[in-house]
This record gives sequence, C-alpha cells and structure tokens, in this order.
Amino acid sequence: MTRVAILRYPGTWSERDFAHALSLIPGVESEVQWHEDTNLRGFDAAIVPGGFSYGDYLRAGAIAKLSPGTKELRRFASEGGAILGSCNGFQILCEAGLLPGALIRNADLAYRSDWVRIRVESDRTPFTNGLRGAVLRMPIGNGEGCWVADPETNARVEAAGQVAFRYVDERGVATAAANPNGSLGNIAGVTNETGNVLGLMPHPERCVEALLGGTDGYRMLGNLAGARHGTAPALYR
Amino acid sequence: MRFVARVLVRPKAEVRDPQGEAVLAALRSLGHDVAEVRTGKEIVVTFEARDENAARETADRMGDQLLANPVIESYAVEVERETARAR
Repeated sequence: MTRVAILRYPGTWSERDFAHALSLIPGVESEVQWHEDTNLRGFDAAIVPGGFSYGDYLRAGAIAKLSPGTKELRRFASEGGAILGSCNGFQILCEAGLLPGALIRNADLAYRSDWVRIRVESDRTPFTNGLRGAVLRMPIGNGEGCWVADPETNARVEAAGQVAFRYVDERGVATAAANPNGSLGNIAGVTNETGNVLGLMPHPERCVEALLGGTDGYRMLGNLAGARHGTAPALYR
Repeated sequence: MRFVARVLVRPKAEVRDPQGEAVLAALRSLGHDVAEVRTGKEIVVTFEARDENAARETADRMGDQLLANPVIESYAVEVERETARAR
C-alpha cells in the first residue's frame, strides 16, 4: 500500500476531493491530517490541497507557511518525500520556500473558474512518470494563479528542468491566449531542484472520473501507486 | 516603551501590479492624466521595545519573516514612539 497524507489547514477545502480521488486508485490509501497534528512518518507522499488557508490573509499561503504542518512538510521534503501542492497548496509551498517563485493576482484580476490544458514538461516527479509531453485537461479555480519569479530564478528554473507544466492550447502550443493568468512562460506548475516537491494551480483531484468531465487527474495521481510498485494502475496501463 | 511600526509593503518594480493597472485605468476614466499607479499595503504593528533602534530591528525581522514576500515584494519601515496621534 502507498500511504498518502492529505494536510488540512483552517480554510482548506479540497482535502475530501483528494481523499475521494485517491480512494479510486488501487494500492493507495490516504488519511486527512489536521495541520497541527501532522506526522508524515511512515507515509510515502503528502498532499497540500487547495482552499483559502487562513482566509488568504496577508498573502495566499503566507500564514500557513508558519504552521507545524508546514514544518513537518519541510522535514519530509528534505528526506526526499513526495509532496504535491495544488492551487492554495502550491501557494503555500512557494511561500514556505519549498518551491521557487510566487503566485500573484491574475493578470486580468478575475477569479478564473475554467478548464485548461497543461503540457507535462517534466517527468522527474513522482506524479508525472511517463507523462512527459502529454497534454492534460484539468479545471482551475483561482484568483492568484500568476506564477512569477525574478529573472535569475526564472532562468534557473527553466534551465534546470523545474518547469513541470505549461498552459497550452488545443494544439499543445503555449500561446498567450492559453495562459489563464499571465504566468511567466505559461508556467502552470514547478518542482523543487530534486523533483520530489511539485506544485500546480490546476486541480487533478477534480478530474478523476468521467462524471466530473474528465479523467486526466487520475493519470497524474495514479502515479502514486506506480511510484511505489513500479507499475501504473491497471485502469490506465 | 511602546512603539508603532508602519510597514509599507510594495510589489517590486519588476513585478506586474494588476491592481495598480486597474486603478490606473479607473483614474484615467475619471479624466486624470495619470502615468502610473502602483499599489501596496500598510501594516501597522504596535509593540514593546527597549528603544527606537531595537524597535526598528524587530520590525525589519517581521518584514523578512512574514509581512513581505521577498520574491515579489519589498518593504520599508517607519518607527515612532506610540502616542495618541500615532495610534
């Protein structure tokens, strides 16, 4: 069994969606952990879900970065544990310094609730095995999804292969029109230097069943079983 | 003694400020000939400190640790003794 912890901060709202999504994957079991009681020992992966932790006060993720749960995430990351942050979880991981860059207000100031296409740029993460070059269709729902970094950091992230996903159009091309928020380089997600920490703005947990309008999230999350057992889940093999 | 620190947080020059751009457009719609608008926030913190230098150092630490995100923001600190006016 691959054991996955799902962190819940005050204001987190996607933890049950993640728990449901993971319940569909053979060989994966998950547990929601309150951020003050987080203990990742014995777990194979940790997920930081979306929501509005601490009401997004000050900046999205700014207060959550000080929580005991985030401290435990730092320890887990330094030991090579697999961490996935989605939406507000991505913002928290950036604020905590576990991922490069920052997420600011969308360029058009609008809250974007939509479906987007993202191209997998890196398969050096436990969540994107075998998916490099694949275009995944996923929902977004955010007001602060514009990834930015200073020019040096941005260049380093690009050169080191830390760009995990880019927004693309239906032809798989990263155009300005396909970028929902003004992110530098159409970046939808990045990894840390070692690839074990991954963040993205889209919601893989919201597209794991045909009923939800798409199953590409399963292609990503299904890797959680494959990463441990060396095979992809039968459903998507 | 008590001090009041005004921490002014601003987006760095190279970071786009969509709120500033929206305010710019709104001011122009009112007929103002505006070249640029940048928005930020002011955070007012009241606390005990030994003297003004110590208060300034503490406020700087607050800025580094939490109040500003150095990736996208810079900040400036103004410190003064707490008085009825400063409050």
